[in-house]
Amino acid sequence: MTTTHSAVLRPPAAPGPLEWLRKNLFSTWYNTVLTLLAAWVAVSGVRSILGWVFFTANWSPVAGSLKLFAVGQYPLDQIWRPGAIVLIITLLAGASWRIFGGTVRTFALALALALLVAGLLPVRMNLGLRLWFLANPILTGAGYLAGGLRLVRTRGLAVAWALTFPVTILLLLGFKDSAWLPRVATGVWGGLLLTFLLAVVGITASFPIGVLLALGRRSKLPVVKTMCILFIELVRGVPLVTILFMASIILPLFLPEQIRIDRVLRAMTGMTLFAAAYMAENVRGGLQSIPRGQEEAAKALGLNGFQTMALIVMPQALRAVIPAIVGQFIALFMDTTLAVIVGLVEILAIGRIVLNSRTDWLMLDSEVFLFIAVVFWVFTFSMSYASRRLEAALGVGKR
Amino acid sequence: MSDASEDIIICRDVHKWFDDFHVLRGVSMTIKRGEVVVICGPSGSGKSTFIRTINRLEDHQQGDIIVDGIELTNDIRNIAAIRSEIGMVFQQFNLFPHLTVLSNVTLATIWVRKWSKAKAEENAMQLLERVGIPEQAHKYPGQLSGGQQQRVAIARALAMQPKIMLFDEPTSALDPEMIKEVLDVMVELARSGITMIVVTHEMGFAREVANRIVFFDVGQIIEQNTPDEFFLNPQHERTKLFLSQIL
Repeated sequence: MTTTHSAVLRPPAAPGPLEWLRKNLFSTWYNTVLTLLAAWVAVSGVRSILGWVFFTANWSPVAGSLKLFAVGQYPLDQIWRPGAIVLIITLLAGASWRIFGGTVRTFALALALALLVAGLLPVRMNLGLRLWFLANPILTGAGYLAGGLRLVRTRGLAVAWALTFPVTILLLLGFKDSAWLPRVATGVWGGLLLTFLLAVVGITASFPIGVLLALGRRSKLPVVKTMCILFIELVRGVPLVTILFMASIILPLFLPEQIRIDRVLRAMTGMTLFAAAYMAENVRGGLQSIPRGQEEAAKALGLNGFQTMALIVMPQALRAVIPAIVGQFIALFMDTTLAVIVGLVEILAIGRIVLNSRTDWLMLDSEVFLFIAVVFWVFTFSMSYASRRLEAALGVGKR
Repeated sequence: MSDASEDIIICRDVHKWFDDFHVLRGVSMTIKRGEVVVICGPSGSGKSTFIRTINRLEDHQQGDIIVDGIELTNDIRNIAAIRSEIGMVFQQFNLFPHLTVLSNVTLATIWVRKWSKAKAEENAMQLLERVGIPEQAHKYPGQLSGGQQQRVAIARALAMQPKIMLFDEPTSALDPEMIKEVLDVMVELARSGITMIVVTHEMGFAREVANRIVFFDVGQIIEQNTPDEFFLNPQHERTKLFLSQIL
C-alpha cells in the first residue's frame, strides 16, 4: 500500500544572497577570476563614461539650444502654443491616471516629475518658462482630482484624447489673418515637436490603414485582394527614403499648379503609407495564427461577418502580434529622422544645425548626438515598456 | 400542413464535394421536432460534414436542405436566420479564449438578439447553473478543464434558445473521466425535448436517449433504425462490421 502525504509539502526555499553569490559567481577558481575580471571591466567602463559626461564633455551647444531642439524655428513669441499643448497633455494624463491606473499612472507620474524637476533646476531661466514647467505637475494633480468626478468617465476621456489631436494641429498652425493666433507655416516647425508630430500621425494613421489592408488581403473579392497585395508589395519593396522623395518631389509634378500639398503633410503621408504596408503584414500574421474554429464558432452563434471579425478574430490576432506592432511603431519613430532628406528639420537635423552654428561647437558632435540618442531612447524605451505592460494586462487568463 | 411543422429538418439528396473528393453522396434525411438523432460511422464517412451543412458552415452543391421551413441557399439573410435557431457544439470546444466564461455565453444574445446586458447575464447564469458550473463564470476558458469547457460551450449554444442543437463529436477530445460530466448534461438536454443531432461514438449515450441511430459510410446513409433494432439486429454487413469493432 502506498502512503500519501497528508501535509502539503512546501517548495524548496530559494538560496540566500550569499549562497547565491557563492554558487553562481565564485564556484571555482576560474569562475572567480572571470567574475573579478568582468567586475573590473564594468566598473572602469562606467567610471570613464561618467567622467566624460560630468567633467570632460562640453554641453554648451545642448544647453544653449534647448529651444531649437524642442520646437525648431517655431517663432519665439508664439511659443506658448506648443506649451499649451503640453499643458493639455499633462492635464489629461492626470485624469487618465485616476481612471485607468496601472501603467498610465507610471507614465503620468514620470512626466509630471520630470517637468517638476526641470522647473526646480537651479539654473538661470526665464520666469515664464519656470512657471510653465511648474504648471505641468500642478495640472497633472488637477487632472487626477478631476478624474474622480462623476462627470469624467472613460468614454469622455477617450473623446478628450481624440480631440487633443485636431486641437494640437489647429493651435500650432493658427489661422490666416488672425490677430491672436496668426498662421505659423509648417516650414518652421521643427525639433522634437516635429519628430513627435510625424511619429504620432504615422502611428495613429498607419494602424487602422494596416488593419484594413490586412483584411483586404484576405478578402474573397478578387479586385480588393489584388489591390491590397499590389499596394503592400510595392511599398515593401521600396526604401522609405524613396517613398519620401516620391511624396515630396515627384508627386507635386503630377498635380496641377493650384494644388500645393504642404511639405510636412506630404512627409506624414509617405511615412504613414510606408508603415501601413508593414503593419498590414504584421496584422495578417496575427490573423493567420487564429484557428478556424474561432470563426466557425462565432458564425454558428449567428454573429455576422463584421461582428465575428471585430469581437472574436481581431482582438485575438492583435494580441498575438503586439510585440511586432510595437516594434513597428518604434521603427517608425526612429525613421522620422529620415524626413531630413525632404528638408524637414526634426531633432536630428536640428543637431546638425546647432553644430554648424558656431565654429567652437563644430567639434562637439559627441555631446550633441549623445543627447539626441538619449532623447530617442527615453521615448522608444517608454513605448516598449508600455507594450510589455499591455501584453501582461491582456494576457489575463491565458495559459 | 401539420406535416411541414412536424419535420424540422428536411434534407433531400444532398451532395458535396471538396475539390474533386465526393464527401456527401446523396444524403436524404427528415428529422422531426423533438427528435434525438445519433449519427455514427467510421472517420471520413462525411458525418461531421453533413451536420455542418445544416447550419451552413459548409455549403452543399446539390440537393435541398430546409430547416424550420427556411431553405438554405446562398441568401445571407436565410443563413443568419437559420444559424440563430441552431446551436452547435464542437469537438475542440472553440470557446473564445480572450473572453470570460460569462462573456462567452452572453456574447451572442447581446450582439445578435440585442438583449440588455442584465438580461443576457441572467440567462447565462441560469444556463451555467444548468450545466453545473456557475462558480466558474468569471474565469477564462484556459483556466477550466476540458469537461468544464465543453459544458460552457453547451451553455453558450443554448443561450440563443435554439430549436435545434448540433453536436460534432463533443466528447472525442476529452479525457475518459470528463466524458461522463458532458454526457450527463447532454442526456438531460435530450430529455428536455429539444431537437438534437449528435455525431458521436458514445454508444451508451445513443442507446439511452436516441430516438434513431443513423449509420454513415462513404458519404451515404447505410442504415438507420431505433437503437434497439440497430444494436440487436443490424441489417447491413458494413454496420455489423462497424459495431463489432466499437462495441
